[in-house]
Amino acid sequence: MSKKSNKQRSQNNPQQQAQGKAPSRQQQAEMAAEGSGGKIRIFVPRDAAALSMGADGVARAIAAQAQKRGARIEIVRNGSRGMLWLEPLVEVETGKGRVAYGPVAVADVGSLFEGGFLKGASHKLGHGLTDEIPYFKNQERLTFARCGITDPLSIADYRAYGGFAGLTKAIAMEPAGIVAEVTTSGLRGRGGAGFPTGIKWKTVLEAKAEQKYICCNADEGDSGTFADRMLMEGDPFCLIEGMTIAGIAVGATRGYIYIRSEYPHAVATMREAIRIATEANWLGHTIQGSPYDFELHLRVGAGAYICGEETSMLDSLEGKRGIVRYKPPLPAIEGLFGKPTVINNVLSLASVPIIIDKGGAYYRDFGVGRSRGTLAFQLAGNIKQGGLVEKAFGVTARALIEGYGGGTASGRPIRAVQFGGPLGAYLPNSKLDTQMDYEAFVKEDAMVGHGGVVVFDDTVDMAKQAHFAMEFCAIESCGKCTPCRIGSVRGVEVIDRIIADVNREANIELLQDLCVTMTDGSLCAMGGLTPMPVMSALRHFPGDFHRPARAEAAE
Amino acid sequence: MSRSAHSEIVEVPEGSEERARSICAAHGNRPDELLEIFHAVQHELGFIPDPVIAVVASALNASRADVYGVLSFYHEFRRAPAGRHVVRMCRAEACQAMHTDEVCAHAEQRLGTIFGETSADGAFTLEAVYCLGNCARSPAMMIDGDLYGCVDKKRFDAIIAGLDKEAAA
Repeated sequence: MSKKSNKQRSQNNPQQQAQGKAPSRQQQAEMAAEGSGGKIRIFVPRDAAALSMGADGVARAIAAQAQKRGARIEIVRNGSRGMLWLEPLVEVETGKGRVAYGPVAVADVGSLFEGGFLKGASHKLGHGLTDEIPYFKNQERLTFARCGITDPLSIADYRAYGGFAGLTKAIAMEPAGIVAEVTTSGLRGRGGAGFPTGIKWKTVLEAKAEQKYICCNADEGDSGTFADRMLMEGDPFCLIEGMTIAGIAVGATRGYIYIRSEYPHAVATMREAIRIATEANWLGHTIQGSPYDFELHLRVGAGAYICGEETSMLDSLEGKRGIVRYKPPLPAIEGLFGKPTVINNVLSLASVPIIIDKGGAYYRDFGVGRSRGTLAFQLAGNIKQGGLVEKAFGVTARALIEGYGGGTASGRPIRAVQFGGPLGAYLPNSKLDTQMDYEAFVKEDAMVGHGGVVVFDDTVDMAKQAHFAMEFCAIESCGKCTPCRIGSVRGVEVIDRIIADVNREANIELLQDLCVTMTDGSLCAMGGLTPMPVMSALRHFPGDFHRPARAEAAE
Repeated sequence: MSRSAHSEIVEVPEGSEERARSICAAHGNRPDELLEIFHAVQHELGFIPDPVIAVVASALNASRADVYGVLSFYHEFRRAPAGRHVVRMCRAEACQAMHTDEVCAHAEQRLGTIFGETSADGAFTLEAVYCLGNCARSPAMMIDGDLYGCVDKKRFDAIIAGLDKEAAA
């Protein structure tokens, strides 16, 4: 069945295939020398980051050149390998493996053909074998094992690279046994909060109800994060498999994926993947002949950051304003439509298939302390080699930023790095030897969160960044609790006065006091954590709050 | 000169209420599908005209206040038509680190409108967005659903010029 749907897809996309009608003798010989006898497979990512740098145009140019030269090629639109600074990263399949070229612009395509890139020849844009590029090679790809390698919408590809092995095992297991494996793995919520996934699942498993739900939080609104998007665009079946396993584990037969509207490409890919998986009976009734049913629905957000907060997301899924709920009751007991609900981040769920396939202990053996497994670190902002680095917990921030990332894009010194999104702390260069694990970061009054790493060079004004944190909270607060709704507005005003040098010391004290109120008194992490970037800026960069008054800041 | 979304009388597209009614029906008139319904209406009509609120409320057996409350909560839904192109510039931290503020100021000048409004000739609506998930290729921008990375002033101008060319073709 999957084969059929794949065939249909390629027929629907004739432009993705270029077939020369009359290759010259010499070219025929070249192809014979290639030894494949068939078409040469060329990979041009369909990941949004690659598209943002012109991947579609590059794919069209390659198809056109191949046709002109009579080269028999097949273009596969894969996900991204995560080396985003090289996008569009074009790969050619050779006998030795896939050879990488990037970043490729439309204007480079002619010279790539002339240079013999179809044989993996060297070129000024060439990087040799993709798997040997140090940035990629020195990662521990568990959750992102297939991302960038396969055709994201091919079930055959997915299965060829170990897909559905976890689900196949889960079908034969006791639900409690599945939950136990997840608990053993030590997996903690990858959305940022780090709550143990196994404990959450156990609560839902033990809750009695005629209907339970699995909700995937794909409202990846934090700046500096793109891992959820990359996985949904690059390996959507992995998320589907993880959610289905979760459904079997806790006795839920319906699932929802809540994707933000700013991600139209992820929405389109996930929608198509759900359709294909349903058609191939990896979703739906009596999955693969088992007694289990699981149907999956996709819902699109509408530009409200707060809907990334789990209870606010539930209200939004119910068609309401995204207002945060009081806890208790926990969503695990009374969640979507008042029923027991597992709410997990995309990467938490996408880590489940490999945990079930290889066992909880396999996953647990990566990492340090109470931070087990791997995290998809996302190197962003002012960074030379931005992208996704999946590593076991315990790597230092500096190894990521300077080792993988190669320092700043501007070439100027690193001054501050924000970890874990807009609600995470800014740390100065001197703290970058901190090990990336949940507990080590807590000790620095910071958080690892979802692994977002946003680098700033020495041009950054940290008072302005603190101001923005409050401003953002004021824009995005759901308005239910006073510390967040009013506190953020007051925070903006107080920082304005500090910058304008109006009663500065008293206002700094007031800001600290306000931050305590917001931290202790807010209903959710929005108001509760906004003080983290503000206070960290104040703590580590006091000089920025004591500069000569600037008129424009007080406007 | 730019025009504000609410400073003029919004012309309601013909048949809006009919369309809204059938969209609601296609979603089973289910209250939990309200966001999906709004997305569908906006996709077809370009925005959510006011008369649609009462139609949706009636179809979903909800109060107009509730439906209006949902509509006004979400930034994405517009209550007046947008310009021919919607330019959304990321103003969040990762893009700030790559000086998006300078590009944003340039965009206001180049497009002849301020953020949140539409240029007088109706060509461009300019909006701020907080993260497009392209943080390794900052600054990021989205125009009519197409994503762009590494948008400095020069690239911004080239992309905008490309749009005009497409429109002329």
